[in-house]
Formats: sequence, structure tokens, C-alpha cells
Amino acid sequence: MTSTPFRPRDWSSHPSFVDPRADGYRSSALRGPTKPLVPIRQSISELTGPVYGHDSVGELDGDLTRNGRRNGEPLGERIVVTGRVLDENGRPQPNTLIEVWQANAAGRYIHKVDQHDAPIDPNFFGGGRCVTDGEGRYRFHSIKPGAYPWGNHPNAWRPNHIHFSLFGPAFATRLVTQMYFPGDPLLALDPIFSGIPEAARERLVADFSIDVTEQDFALGYVFDIVLRGRDTTPMED
Amino acid sequence: MALKQTPSQTVGPFFAYGLTPEQYGYDLTSVADGMVRDDSTAGTHIRIEGRVLDGQGEVVSDAMIEIWQADAQGRYAHPDDPRGSNADFTGLGRQGTGTDPQSRFRFDTVKPGSAAEGSAPHISLIVFARGLPSHAYTRIYFADEAAANATDPVLSQVPAERRETLIASRTDESGVPTYCFDIHLQGNSETVFFDV
Ligand SMILES: [Fe+2]
Repeated sequence: MTSTPFRPRDWSSHPSFVDPRADGYRSSALRGPTKPLVPIRQSISELTGPVYGHDSVGELDGDLTRNGRRNGEPLGERIVVTGRVLDENGRPQPNTLIEVWQANAAGRYIHKVDQHDAPIDPNFFGGGRCVTDGEGRYRFHSIKPGAYPWGNHPNAWRPNHIHFSLFGPAFATRLVTQMYFPGDPLLALDPIFSGIPEAARERLVADFSIDVTEQDFALGYVFDIVLRGRDTTPMED
Repeated sequence: MALKQTPSQTVGPFFAYGLTPEQYGYDLTSVADGMVRDDSTAGTHIRIEGRVLDGQGEVVSDAMIEIWQADAQGRYAHPDDPRGSNADFTGLGRQGTGTDPQSRFRFDTVKPGSAAEGSAPHISLIVFARGLPSHAYTRIYFADEAAANATDPVLSQVPAERRETLIASRTDESGVPTYCFDIHLQGNSETVFFDV
């Protein structure tokens, strides 16, 4: 076996399982594990993971402005989101599956349990996926998601965000996160975002880019993602 | 180390149409679901069933479970496993807990073989849920592998009184060997989660 283990999850970058703040993310109180994690030496079970490639995604999977159309175009600001998936050592992560899901421009999810009284867009589904290329680069088109209210505390609103799910090269590098938009006044008020250690929060805020913006079509955002990297000292067996 | 890890965030309550669309009846293909094997997959066909429970013992109906496992001969479908697995067995499963009346997840798969010398058969598992800001790793071991479990290097790092939380019990009532693996996120019987 030639695999080198991954560096540990950096708990100065990730939110804790149970939000310790009185005005924090309430539903974590009964759901986050409270006993210490048991450290294990990574084995082949953690050093392997599902393998993807460009045939893993369909033609329209990476275009959320088109994959939910029924009788017209979805409403809202068209966006294009791109970036690179890298590891902590700065190495590009090719062939990484990225799954995304989001609310429509009005802040409404197509999900059946979403009760928010904002309109469904018949031409917007809100889910899609793409795979990184040989340089770790991904790209998808969508509609800028709206903010939506939720029940965490009175007058709670989630900032505009897109949910991301990534595998990376192994089960150990799995990551589910959310991308936010620059300048959003709701970020400072959002307990899910501020549950991240302060120094790490800005990593989830995409940059607007006029270079990525597509003339007459879509506003461009850049969001780079860093997964756990392999340790530099190889495993002894 | 040049770069810092991107922070995790909760999967939230609305993952179903993006991550488990077919299971929940949405019009998008799923990359993985509860059917990990097919009829012809070599090995002992088994079912894994369980619930996710919160700190008050309430079932969690908006969790998502992913499993990753070796084939019946202990081989992973990955280039770093030089033994080469069954071509038709990826070993990845994904299920939400929101479609079963009792909020169970269910995987139809094969019993994994031992992946390395001294390692007991096991399945790696990740829990995602609304209310869980970072995902949690655990492993499923099998009650009918007591001898192998006794010498497994990972189980032996777990305090003896907590090992039971990782061992799925077996029933054969439905005709196919079915292993029950309830996941307790908190409480006296909190499942052991690993710092992988
Ligand atoms: Fe959301």
C-alpha cells in the first residue's frame, strides 16, 4: 500500500459539533456528539473513496439555468461560479465530484418540506453537479439564490448561499460546506456562518470577479476550496 | 502547509433534491443510493438498517448517511488498493432518513471482507444532518464476527465499555441477514465517532 495519510481535520477551521454560544446554532445542541472523538490511524478504509470522472456528470448537470426548465427561463440574476479545488499542500485535486444545491432567486427551495411563503420558480430546480478538471478547476452556471427565513431565533434569515458537497480523493477528505456572497449584511447575523472560528470564516465568502463575469449573460464569482492534504511523512507499513 | 482547510457547514434540512434525489422522488439522477450491490454482486447479500437519534432519544428524520466499504473479498474500488475490486461494486451508499415512516436508513449491500491483515470486516460511515455543523465519522462492525472484532486495531483503541456502539446486531427475520445499526448522536449510549 503506497497511500500517505492525510493531515488531521483542522478544528481551528471547522465549526464545533455543538455550538457553545447561547445565541448560536440552536439545533446543534441535541445533535452534536459530546464525547471526545476517538483518534484512529488512517487505514485503507479512510485512504480510499469513490472515484469519479467526466463521465460522472450529465450534459446539463452543471447548468442550473437550464436543467430545470419547463416553459421558459428561470427568474433572477444569472451567475457563473468557478474556482479550484486544492489540498493543503496547494496541489490541485482533479476528478473531484462537486454537488451543489440552493434556493431559487426568491429564497425558496424546491424541497417538499420548505414552508417559506415565497414563490417556486417552475423553471428552476436548484440542484446540479460538476467534476474538477486536471487542474482542479470547476465551473457551473446558476441563478443567485435569495435569502430565506428560518426558525433559529426571531427574525432569523440565512444569507444568500449555495450548498457544496465534495469527495476529494478519499473518504477522509469528504467535505460538505456552503458558499456565501461578498458584502451580504446577513453574514454577521448568521449563527451557522459565525459558528466557524473567526479566522476561517472569510474562506467561505466567494469573490466577485469581472474577469469571470460573462458579457451580457452572467455575473462571475470565484470560490476556491481547500481539502485535507497528505502528510509529508509517509506511512511506515 | 501552504493553505488552510475550507470550513465545514451543516448539510441543512434541504439536501434531498441535491444529494439523494431519486430516493425522495426528485427529477435528477443520484450518484449513490441505498442499493450498493446488484443481484449478481459476489458475496453474502446483507441489509444494514438503522436510525439516527438525538440527545433526547428522538429520531432524526433529516440526516444523511454515507457508507464506504470493501467488496466481499476486502478490496476497495480505488486505484490505491492494488488488489483491484469487483468492477461492478463501487462500495458507496447514500441514504437520507426522511422517506421511511420510522426514519430509518437502509442499505442493501454485501458483507465486506477483511481489508487488511488483522482488520475485522467493517463499513466506514459518515453522518450528516441539519444541526450537525461538521460531519461525523464512525464504523459499522458485525456482531457475528466476534473473533475478528476482538483483535481489530481500531476497535481496540475504543474504550471497552463503548465498543458495543459500533457493533451491528443481526437478525434473519426478513430472509436476508439484516444488521441493525442505530446511531446515537449524544447521550449515555453515544456512538463512538472517530477523529479520522
Ligand atoms: Fe440552505
